[in-house]
Amino acid sequence: MATLKEVQLKIAGVKKTRQITSAMKMVATSRLRGAQMAMEAFRPYASKFAEVLGSLASKSGEDSSPLLVPREEVKKVHIVLCTSDRGLCGGFNINLIELAQSYLKNNADKNLEVSFTAFGKRGRDWCKKQQHTITDEYIGVVGAKFNFNIASTSGNKLINKFLSGKYDEVHVVFSRFVSVGKQQATMKQILPIPPIEVVEEQDNEANDVYLPEHICEPSPEELLNDMLPRNVFIQIYSGLLETSTSEHAARMSAMDNATKACNDMVGELQRLYNKARQAAITADLMDIVGGAEALKG
Amino acid sequence: MADYIKLEIVTPEKAVVSENVKTVIAPGSCGEFGILPGHTTFLTTLNIGALRYVDKNGTERKIFINGGFAEALPDKVTVLAESSERRRDIDVERARRAMERAEKRLGEDDAQKKDIDVIRAKAAMARAMHRLRIVESINH
Repeated sequence: MATLKEVQLKIAGVKKTRQITSAMKMVATSRLRGAQMAMEAFRPYASKFAEVLGSLASKSGEDSSPLLVPREEVKKVHIVLCTSDRGLCGGFNINLIELAQSYLKNNADKNLEVSFTAFGKRGRDWCKKQQHTITDEYIGVVGAKFNFNIASTSGNKLINKFLSGKYDEVHVVFSRFVSVGKQQATMKQILPIPPIEVVEEQDNEANDVYLPEHICEPSPEELLNDMLPRNVFIQIYSGLLETSTSEHAARMSAMDNATKACNDMVGELQRLYNKARQAAITADLMDIVGGAEALKG
Repeated sequence: MADYIKLEIVTPEKAVVSENVKTVIAPGSCGEFGILPGHTTFLTTLNIGALRYVDKNGTERKIFINGGFAEALPDKVTVLAESSERRRDIDVERARRAMERAEKRLGEDDAQKKDIDVIRAKAAMARAMHRLRIVESINH
């Protein structure tokens, strides 16, 4: 049986932990709001871009840009792994890393040459441990405030290496933000750019009428060539935004669970403490009664 | 025909402008172009530079645009820029510093200097120059 003092210390310890976890939860909640706002602010840009890109793609030919053409033989694969810098967010990073790992496993027989761009410390550390090649690493981006520059800088590097034949395919692993309670690790191909879906808005008839009649300057092909790299940046940027938002959401629920677990533990320990105290009192009473009895005799 | 066109300037980070205006003059990659209400549908890429527009009250305003593209419809102009700032939001100090940095980099006679660095420095210089120009144009 634990002594009174021991239980008391343990209760104090758990209470301190609870203080930390609940503070972290509150910080994550407020950061989550910021990240969600950034995602919200990005949406008008992304949707307009997709609309224009779709209408341009339908006008120009399939193979109008080298960024669109799939390689016949895929040997060199590059993965952009987005993870968080810090832990204490449940299975968030593990899910992302496992997704990358399962991709490697599924393609183990193809003898791929895989390299990584790591956004976030957790993913980088994993790459280092597994001795994967890390071409680039960006720390302090995911989960913090970042701007579009970071996406275009890293995107440019990827495009250059893709065009010069250093990569045959580029994928991005990120965490899709479904809701506060659900984040889905997702893998998406960004290079070569998968066939662009033409956005068809049935409810908006005006769109169907005017878009094919655009005067384009320069030609639609050139416009498309200008826009395709941007499409890559947008994919990276949105991946980063979603990963950041997911990280905060994941941390929020992890810390919420931890706080609840602390509460349970405090209750449990308190009962143990009461029991121990009662036992001590009983023992003391027995002593006194025993002593009194002895004196009487 | 309507008297105004709706001008929308959007960047990945935020919507910079969304208001009804009388005229828009933008730095297209094939030359500067002006748009009045009722313009035909038009799509073009943009250079780094200043976008000018005349607002409802007849005041001319300038906005810095860092590349991107613009779509014009009879009643609406949408500009998608990688970044964009109103005159009052331009960070003059930062632009000056960027200018100096770019000048220094372009001035260096370095054999190891790669083409990509030159392109980057030139782009940085263009951005800084246009930012400063927008700020100064109204101060005079």
